[in-house]
Amino acid sequence: EKSRLTFGQRLNHLLANFRSVDESFFDDLEETLIGADVGFDMAMKISDELREEVKLKNVKKSTDVQNVVVEKLIELYDQAGTDEHNGLTFAKEGPTVILFVGVNGVGKTTTIGKMANLFKQQGKKVLLAAADTFRAGAIEQLNVWAQRDGVDIVKKPEQSDPSAVVFDALKKAKSENYDILFVDTAGRLQNKTNLMNELAKMKRIITREIPDAPQEVLLVLDATTGQNALNQAKMFKEATDVSGIVLTKLDGTARGGIVLAIRNELHLAVKYVGLGEQVDDLRPFEPSEFVYGLFKGLIDVK
Amino acid sequence: MAFEGLTERLQNAMKKLRGKGKISESDLRDTMREIRLALLEADVNFDVVKDFVKTVRERAVGAKVLEGLNPAQQIVKIVDEELTKTMGETEVPLNKSPKIPTIIMMAGLQGAGKTTTVGKLANRLKTEENARPLMIAADVYRPAAIDQLVTVGKQIDVPVFEMGTDTDPVEIVRQGLAKAEADHNDYVFIDTAGRLQIDEQLMDELARIKELANPTEIMLVVDAMTGQNAVATAQGFNDKLDVTGVILTKLDGDTRGGAALSIRAVTGKPIKFVGEGEKMSDLDVFHPDRMASRILGMGDMLSLIEKT
Ligand SMILES: Nc1nc2c(ncn2[C@@H]2O[C@H](COP(=O)(O)OP(=O)(O)OP(=O)(O)O)[C@@H](O)[C@H]2O)c(=O)[nH]1
Ligand SMILES: Nc1nc2c(ncn2[C@@H]2O[C@H](COP(=O)(O)OP(=O)(O)OP(=O)(O)O)[C@@H](O)[C@H]2O)c(=O)[nH]1
Ligand SMILES: [Mg+2]
Ligand SMILES: [Mg+2]
Repeated sequence: EKSRLTFGQRLNHLLANFRSVDESFFDDLEETLIGADVGFDMAMKISDELREEVKLKNVKKSTDVQNVVVEKLIELYDQAGTDEHNGLTFAKEGPTVILFVGVNGVGKTTTIGKMANLFKQQGKKVLLAAADTFRAGAIEQLNVWAQRDGVDIVKKPEQSDPSAVVFDALKKAKSENYDILFVDTAGRLQNKTNLMNELAKMKRIITREIPDAPQEVLLVLDATTGQNALNQAKMFKEATDVSGIVLTKLDGTARGGIVLAIRNELHLAVKYVGLGEQVDDLRPFEPSEFVYGLFKGLIDVK
Repeated sequence: MAFEGLTERLQNAMKKLRGKGKISESDLRDTMREIRLALLEADVNFDVVKDFVKTVRERAVGAKVLEGLNPAQQIVKIVDEELTKTMGETEVPLNKSPKIPTIIMMAGLQGAGKTTTVGKLANRLKTEENARPLMIAADVYRPAAIDQLVTVGKQIDVPVFEMGTDTDPVEIVRQGLAKAEADHNDYVFIDTAGRLQIDEQLMDELARIKELANPTEIMLVVDAMTGQNAVATAQGFNDKLDVTGVILTKLDGDTRGGAALSIRAVTGKPIKFVGEGEKMSDLDVFHPDRMASRILGMGDMLSLIEKT
């Protein structure tokens, strides 16, 4: 079970083993960060800044260093984004449209299944659009989620034009007063230009039908992905003006450290994290928990 | 700069070395640093990088100065040789059972590409050797996993054995194998649900399927975009199942695919196939030399040696 300990408590426990802050501490830290996929440059940057901070504050005891490390990492995470909020943006009136994009197999459809349930529980009227008409079984997969969640779905036969599905769903959402429309799209690798264009087209149709929509374009990233996630974020942002990230599969041993670099270079924030395959395995993103996760490797080292 | 290939890195390092006849300690240090960075940026696991760099270094120090090659060229040559050695020198074919059926079981994390790859492999065997495969749908967890395999089966005209989602996967496999025997299928593919290597219960399920089916080939399917975690995943699955081969998917992207080197280094198991797209024909045999160049971000080692 996911532990009820506070972040601070866990961290105290975690770092109790450190006697002093010496170079080997920073070596361990660098390796931990690289091991969490933050990338080499980012790891060096973080570790240099921490060295400075530790010097500046004249920290010697391990208990104090814990706080500095965590503060600094959260600060680094927050630095790049100032006015944005971690929550989702909703339409002032009429349906809110949330478009899901990402490469193959990252967890788009599953995240929609989880999120639809979340909002349905809050009493919202939810509609799903099965606009992945390409991958074998994709429509049926979303349909299973719609049934589980007890929400409605718009679908067409396999291989239909995805934009046509989106169009129909928008019409239905407007005329039948849905609160939220989730649009599932086929996975696509960011270097496939025509597939990226197709996605941009879907987004244009949404905006044409509902001028303020989509209120969110969520890029789903798999936490096990390495440095390529930065390319993904860049290209999907260019094509669809991504508004936030869902980081999935954080229930494994991967830490998704690349989101630090994404945050720094592209100013994209994580809004939700996926922690499993079940309907309630979705959480709002907590920077401090995430930092704890990045840091966790240091226990293993000792 | 991020994602700089080893070509650029080495070319810069080598400019400084040109004209020198012998590898000095500081030459070596600079060059090794560039190699280390290029590998890390390509997502090769940092422990694997450490070992690799150490080996190259030892060989470079011990190497006699070769006629006609400057120090940097010699280091490139050593890197090339060591990489090729780690990645496996030649292509390794699919294991085949002396008597039918050859049983191929898939394993891997969620979304790695197992189901798609089952279809691609069955399709390949069908077109190449007129094979008559059967695909067993043993993923009862992921929503519509069975529908997905059935749809794939229709696309490539290969039968799928399924029992819905209410039966234990081990039992599904047992009955599927009986069906294959009755129908004289020459290949049987077992599509399993994605799972985390730390999920003991589901890993045990795979072990039970293995024990029952005694597969000719246990393929670990890994997403080429995987980062540092590739080592934990590969070790987890290999420790539990003693896999016989690896398939690397989604190489049609722009990832450098350093996971390939990590997996090979920690398991010693051959990478047999690569997935290069979503279509049923997008499967190729694994070429170690191409992969080595890709990880290093360099076209061709030899041309680099000539250029310096
Ligand atoms: N462990 C774990 N598995 C997840 C999580 N989110 C999704 N998955 C699993 O990952 C696999 C792929 O998820 P999908 O939702 O189909 O991914 P997708 O992005 O829609 O995939 P495509 O439509 O094929 O591009 C499925 O087996 C999911 O159950 C998560 O947070 N943790
Ligand atoms: N571009 C590309 N996509 C691929 C490749 N192989 C698989 N995919 C896609 O990756 C996604 C996941 O593939 P699946 O075959 O469903 O993966 P899986 O391992 O069976 O997933 P689970 O059963 O949920 O664990 C789908 O969108 C596939 O079309 C590949 O080589 N290239
Ligand atoms: Mg999907
Ligand atoms: Mg599958």
